[in-house]
Amino acid sequence: MPTKTAIVGVGQTDYRFKRTDVTIQELAVEASRKALEHAGMTLADIDAFVIGVAPDALLGINAVDRWIGEALGVAPRPLLRVNTGGTTGAAAAQAGYAHVASGVAQRVLVVAADKVSESPDAQWVLNTAMDPIYEKSVALNAINMCSLQAVRQMDQYHVTEKQLASVAVRSRKNAQINPHAHLRAPISLEDVLASRYVCWPLKLLDCCPRSSGACAVVMASERVVRKEHSRAAWIRGMGATSNTIYMGDKMGPGRDVDHADWDELAMAAARAYRQAGITDPVHEIDVAEIYAPFTCTEIAAVEALGFANKGMGGVMSEQGMFEMGGAVPVNPSGGVLNANPISATALVRIAEAALQVMGDAGDRQVPGAQRAVATGIGGTLQFHTCMVLANDA
Amino acid sequence: MNQKEQTEAPLIHSGEWKIHYDYAVGETATQFFLRLRDQGKIAGKKCPSCQGVLVPPRAFCERCFVQTEEWVDVGPEGTIEAFTIVYEPFDGLPEPPYAVAYVTLDGATTAMANFVRALDLSDPEVAARQLAVGNRVEAVFADAREGAVTDFYYRLM
Repeated sequence: MPTKTAIVGVGQTDYRFKRTDVTIQELAVEASRKALEHAGMTLADIDAFVIGVAPDALLGINAVDRWIGEALGVAPRPLLRVNTGGTTGAAAAQAGYAHVASGVAQRVLVVAADKVSESPDAQWVLNTAMDPIYEKSVALNAINMCSLQAVRQMDQYHVTEKQLASVAVRSRKNAQINPHAHLRAPISLEDVLASRYVCWPLKLLDCCPRSSGACAVVMASERVVRKEHSRAAWIRGMGATSNTIYMGDKMGPGRDVDHADWDELAMAAARAYRQAGITDPVHEIDVAEIYAPFTCTEIAAVEALGFANKGMGGVMSEQGMFEMGGAVPVNPSGGVLNANPISATALVRIAEAALQVMGDAGDRQVPGAQRAVATGIGGTLQFHTCMVLANDA
Repeated sequence: MNQKEQTEAPLIHSGEWKIHYDYAVGETATQFFLRLRDQGKIAGKKCPSCQGVLVPPRAFCERCFVQTEEWVDVGPEGTIEAFTIVYEPFDGLPEPPYAVAYVTLDGATTAMANFVRALDLSDPEVAARQLAVGNRVEAVFADAREGAVTDFYYRLM
């Protein structure tokens, strides 16, 4: 039996386009210090560290873990650096969880940081993450790989640009009550629909920004939590799935999952739900923090998480199911659409979900939230994670 | 530190990575590219286990984890599975607008990405209708080929 594990501290910097006042190292320290403070611990209490940083080229610092690791003064304690693209922050949390659940460590600090805005070439960098033999030269990047998904959703499920826009409007409305969010100016449905096409059918306001910022969480074993903490976000379920880099394998007649859907996330969620004893997610999950950098990806995710039937995610979004006060509030933080410090983004979902079940989410608190779900996505929509957090063990 | 230094904006140091690589594409992709370059044909590899015809070809079937052996010519016609039209300029990537589609070439079980050319992209809605999922395209081969994916493109039929 794994050791029961909980998140007992969360630290976030504000997410902004640029942070010229700090280095990436100082940014990671800023979030780590806040997480330790929230947990009532000091750095000396930590047994092991996990750093999440996505492709080094986004920062332009090779093996940046060497620099961040130094800042945390880890000697003589172990440190891991994790990188699974967009999923990085969640994969780092998964590694932190494994440390505690296995009994290897009692207290683990997981920190992820990024300064995506220090290069204007983010999509070029992400293009270099494509298969260099067959696909890189076709100008694929993170935006157009998601627009391919939107095209298939429109074809198979008649998802409309208006439904996509409803996701952007709701997310921005929530971002206004989250002081950490990068984009907070109100937008209307008309604004989204009138914004220019970036990669058809995705328009500028269907897309996330490039952000700088850091997020950290402190995880602890049941023994530590029972002795030292009055509240905790217990990790009740954790699922992860990986699939092919080749999006074309999810489109042809030989496909076993479809690029329109996130069946891989559904598989990860099924595992996490089973561990957490969740059988009716709409009624048992009080709040969801979904990794959705583009409006279409949130639609795929709410279906994969069992909040809407396949093909109905867009309709349910338009009908208000995922608003604050709706059946399942999605992204009270404003989500990835309003802050995307890539390396940290999936950890931010977990951090926000943890704050919700700890009752520490401030103005964006979903009243009485007891169970939350957080997801991560990375690669060419190939890595998926799902974590269920609860206020009871 | 004096007051003046403290109130100035933080300094920015610029940097750049210029790194050259020579990617060995391996035997399977080499055969694919030579057939494309020298004969103007697109070939996939068949999985002996699931019978899938993988295009672009791979040395192994990811799903079955077995070696692929048999080559199968596919196309040159095929069906659009997904597309996008890029209107935004990105550093290091082509000048917009350009269209990219995943196409299942006839005889393949997977779709392969490439540019769609010879199509007016000035009106997004009109172009998107022409590129609709299910529409037919053909692979058009460049006259001067160098053994790369860009030796061909898709054109609406």
